[in-house]
Amino acid sequence: MKNRKLLLENVHIPGIETYDVYRKNGGYRSVEKAIKSLTPDEVVEEVKKSGLRGRGGAGFPTGMKWSFLAKPEGIPRYLVCNADESEPGTFKDRYLMEKIPHLLVEGMITASYALGANTSYIYIRGEFMYILHILEKAIAEAYDNGFLGKNILGKGYDLDLFVVPGGGAYICGEETALLESLEGKRGNPRIKPPFPAVKGLWGAPTVVNNVETIAAVVPIVNDGGEAYAAIGIGKSTGTKLISACGNLVKPGVYEIDLGLSIEEFIYGDDYCQGIANNKRLKACVPGGSSVPILPHYLVTKTANGDDRLMSYESLAEGAFASGSMLGSGGFIVFDEDQCIVRNTWNFTRFYAHESCGQCSPCREGTGWMEKVLYRLETGNGNLRDIDLLAEINKKIEGNTICPLGDAAAWPVAAAIRHFRDEFEWHVSHKEEAIKRNYGLSKEPMLA
Amino acid sequence: MKVTIDDIEVEVEAGTSILNAARKIGGEVVPPAMCYYSKLPGTGGKCRTCLVEVAAGSTADPRPMPKLVASCSTPVMDGMIVKNKTSQRVHEGRSAVVEFLLINHPLDCPVCDQAGECNLQDLGYEHGSVKTRYEEERRTFDPIDIGDKIKLHMNRCILCYRCVEVANQLTEKRVHGVMHRGEHAEISTYIEHAIDNEFSGNMIDVCPVGALTDRTFRFKSRVWFLKPMEAECDCTKCAGKVVLWMFGKEIYRVTGRKDQYGEIETIDNKTAWICNECRYDKKDLAKWKVIGPRVIDRHSVISQGKYETSINSPIKKIN
Repeated sequence: MKNRKLLLENVHIPGIETYDVYRKNGGYRSVEKAIKSLTPDEVVEEVKKSGLRGRGGAGFPTGMKWSFLAKPEGIPRYLVCNADESEPGTFKDRYLMEKIPHLLVEGMITASYALGANTSYIYIRGEFMYILHILEKAIAEAYDNGFLGKNILGKGYDLDLFVVPGGGAYICGEETALLESLEGKRGNPRIKPPFPAVKGLWGAPTVVNNVETIAAVVPIVNDGGEAYAAIGIGKSTGTKLISACGNLVKPGVYEIDLGLSIEEFIYGDDYCQGIANNKRLKACVPGGSSVPILPHYLVTKTANGDDRLMSYESLAEGAFASGSMLGSGGFIVFDEDQCIVRNTWNFTRFYAHESCGQCSPCREGTGWMEKVLYRLETGNGNLRDIDLLAEINKKIEGNTICPLGDAAAWPVAAAIRHFRDEFEWHVSHKEEAIKRNYGLSKEPMLA
Repeated sequence: MKVTIDDIEVEVEAGTSILNAARKIGGEVVPPAMCYYSKLPGTGGKCRTCLVEVAAGSTADPRPMPKLVASCSTPVMDGMIVKNKTSQRVHEGRSAVVEFLLINHPLDCPVCDQAGECNLQDLGYEHGSVKTRYEEERRTFDPIDIGDKIKLHMNRCILCYRCVEVANQLTEKRVHGVMHRGEHAEISTYIEHAIDNEFSGNMIDVCPVGALTDRTFRFKSRVWFLKPMEAECDCTKCAGKVVLWMFGKEIYRVTGRKDQYGEIETIDNKTAWICNECRYDKKDLAKWKVIGPRVIDRHSVISQGKYETSINSPIKKIN
């Protein structure tokens, strides 16, 4: 079955962003079903059965995360939606929230009911201010129609939903930094333990889920967890939004069944339709800028010669030596003309800019890597620098408070692992490197 | 709860951090800490110098932890086995952290006021490399005055957040904090506002490096030329239990009494923070009752050859 869509099925219906059209097309069924005929624990059970895994990048089973939520008496619980989507290459949540905001609102209500939260938040990236207005309109409509507020559907369940904009920091997509920011503080990740499931927002048990994860709760409750689990392959169940970008004929946001082969995704007529301008594939970052880059010979096939599939397991096959990660689904494709060194520098520049500066390895290490990569890219590096880079990222990895340090280290490690020759080229062909990067180098240009 | 650190077993209460369990043993097994300060709630976990390896999580779940953990913020579990000095990974991780801390820190100890009592200097001796691999320009800031008595030299700061927590405890209207992000993060007071509080001088005492210094003492003398003397006075604001740093009969500076971990001592169940009046304004020996020489229980040039140090005395054995 091709082009099955659970989340984006109705996205092209005109006026779907309004309550009336959304409702007419089967919207808010999951809320009705959950509140009228299921207990909160039954909803959690459905999500567990569905095998849904967190769509924000880590891929942690959502049902398990929900069941970890501490439920002490007399203390409120919170559900927070992480809409701080700011990973380079990932733009699926933005698309979903912009086109079909009621799906997220519906998912929030159903999920909040399952977790017993009476106040929920959507923490949205500051740059998405226009989406904040779209969501607020959708929430207001949901209030007007009795799906939010006191005594929802007459069943005695109360829920207030708020959209809170952040200041546009990548680090606030880390769940504990998000909670700090939501509390009105500086967005620094917290020291764990305690985890948010025990002590989260304002010290109360909190679940933080990605936009797509929460939206996926809607079809799970509607059709049952088993139906959802039937889609996909192995432990990668359901559908996934992939935001494809780079040198593709048809980039964009696609909803795919997990387990689709990457070859089909890149070259298939229903998907990206191949590499633009009849160029050849050089490399691919399959899950957003934080995951290791794959050279062309490892994109469609794994090191064992099996077909590489769009699933958590298949992309991770070969671990970091010859694999990568599904991550958040930011699928970036490079054609033969792209420079890996420049791309790596660009990613690292992003992480150096976005590091919160709290713990030393990440604060100092990301900036250092950025400077060394800049030197290499602009033709001022030497061979020692390549080894230095490899060593710096080994020193950052695993020594930081939050995963941003790892996310900054992995792309550099992978780029050096697979494209060391390109780094060496920048050292041995300094003049060409400078010429090619006209406008980037601070050094005087060579004639 | 029983926890084993570097093959030494110790019994601690539930909820104790690994670092505090190690401090209970004392001596070599104690990981260094640059940001954690037991007397300041909210500190810890940031500098990553106290990283240790957990070889077994607990008796119930003896799996090792995959990453090195910050010992200051990880609670012990019954039957946990921790490796500090005995782990090569820890040694590498700590050297990495020291290298990172030093890439932007000026390497000008000879002209720094903190030299001789600087935690980063100690750490650099122990874990640093001989030569820096950092070829780029170091980030620099202009020095800032925090009030008329404290000088903030941001170049030397390692962003341990200790002074922020001091400010946090002093006043609810804190304007002293961290601005900007990543490499550009800096401690500052918002638009140069001074912290107007009688205990603001304690920021100097908690600073592990030479970022915050006492303007009444700056560049007057090297600390190892001075003799530290324990003294006390009747102060209405604080306990008045201090260390006088003297040269002859002259008092050069006044600080709180720091223990072997560089933290202000607890005296009569209270942390003996000192007030600004004792710190800055009582430089006259007549105002103090001198008790006697202060034993500097710390691996430092100050204690070299002067008093008995913990280094020369045998390590305490706990069984």
